[in-house]
Amino acid sequence: MAEITAKQVLFEPIFSNNPIGLQILGICSALAVTTSMNVTIVMSLSVIAVTAFSNLAVSLVRTQIPASIRIIVQMTIIASLVIVVDQILKAYAYEISKQLSVFVGLIITNCIVMGRAEGFAMKNGPWLSFLDGIGNGLGYSVMLLFVAFFRELLGAGSLFGVTLLSPVNEGGWYITNGLLLLPPSAFFIIGLAIWGLRTWMPEQVEEPDYKLSRHTHKEAF
Amino acid sequence: MAKGKETVSRTLLVALVLSIVFSIVVSTAAVVLRPAQIKNQNLDIKTNILSASGMLPEGAGAEEIEKIFSQFEVRLVDLDTGDYVEPSSVGVKDPMKYDMYKSASDPMMSTMIPTSEDKAGIKHRPNVAKVYTLSENGNLNRVVLPIHGYGLWSTLYGFMSLEGDLNTIEGLGFYAHAETPGLGGEVDNPRWKSQWVGKELYDEDKSEPQIRLMKGGVDSNAADKQHKVDALSGATLTSRGVQNLVNYWMGDRGYAPFLKKLREGEEV
Repeated sequence: MAEITAKQVLFEPIFSNNPIGLQILGICSALAVTTSMNVTIVMSLSVIAVTAFSNLAVSLVRTQIPASIRIIVQMTIIASLVIVVDQILKAYAYEISKQLSVFVGLIITNCIVMGRAEGFAMKNGPWLSFLDGIGNGLGYSVMLLFVAFFRELLGAGSLFGVTLLSPVNEGGWYITNGLLLLPPSAFFIIGLAIWGLRTWMPEQVEEPDYKLSRHTHKEAF
Repeated sequence: MAKGKETVSRTLLVALVLSIVFSIVVSTAAVVLRPAQIKNQNLDIKTNILSASGMLPEGAGAEEIEKIFSQFEVRLVDLDTGDYVEPSSVGVKDPMKYDMYKSASDPMMSTMIPTSEDKAGIKHRPNVAKVYTLSENGNLNRVVLPIHGYGLWSTLYGFMSLEGDLNTIEGLGFYAHAETPGLGGEVDNPRWKSQWVGKELYDEDKSEPQIRLMKGGVDSNAADKQHKVDALSGATLTSRGVQNLVNYWMGDRGYAPFLKKLREGEEV
């Protein structure tokens, strides 16, 4: 592998190697926590913290980890960090931690965290791994905020809890789009975002696995 | 190091050290942050009570909430007899510490509700409930009662606040539920909740609660409109759940015996 620079590690995951957009990891939580911007930001910060510190910790002990138990070692590190983050949220951001409910705990199962620990931190030094964690966390956050922006604006008529389009239910004019408050809508938005991303950066488009062969006529005789 | 780190003893050592280090990290975080978390939880309950009774000023801070809440008296009530009971009878010193939802799942402290009467869909009812009363100059001014019951997807937990006549609703609010956002989730909508204010639970003879959630809105000429609330649009089952749980809790198996004693002005 060619020499990797800190800048690359930090910024590449945001657009050109986005964990959700290109690697299609961490979709599950992207559906669950993107109904409002406030919740999304806290979730993003939590994921950034967890990926950064788990990468750091894994990278620090990478030379000591026996290969046979490396996955469970990574899991232990990640799980502990997630519990700590959850406890901190419960103590200092109670309202939001109530809304995030189980999803903070589920960061443990977020493929991005595990993927970066196994794929990057096991092979690179602590500083680069730490930055890689932040970078991938940011990539995840950018995508989540993009999804949450549309879901909250069109689904509830507000942004960051501030009403912008006053909804009919509260005597305004905007008929809220209930679908956008439900998880499946995030699929559509993520899909559109990936489409946009790949139009902008065509090198992300994957080679098709199969190609239909040209339709040809063959006469029977 | 060569192959040194792949031996069995080495693997066990790494696993052991790792477990110890991280269990210390996790337990330290849990212990250090515990007081702040408990404070948050208590504040949250108090906020919900005040908000159900319409006494929560906009953007109130923690201190202000504590101050307003301190006007309330927290009492424990035996639901069968309707009498106040001492906190010690349920094993706590401070009535605020009593958790009626925990005792609902304890067979010793709860009663099975026969299916035919289980309108709220809760299966077990705690024997002792925690109520909040507010008196001014010796007159009962307000009673806040915890209520819960099944909606469409989830159990809704909330508070109902009654005026001093123990019939007029001062407010209703749910603080925990998982109904569909935008449909059943509209139980949190302030406009919908505001309709409850001023509705009456009982008719003349004060026996059965009469609350009905009406599809298509409440006819302003209806004779019994004081018992009727507009149902949530697109959420028939959540609305039915709310209607049932309110009627259950305000009925004989809920707070009715307690409210009756209070109404008679008996020193319960």
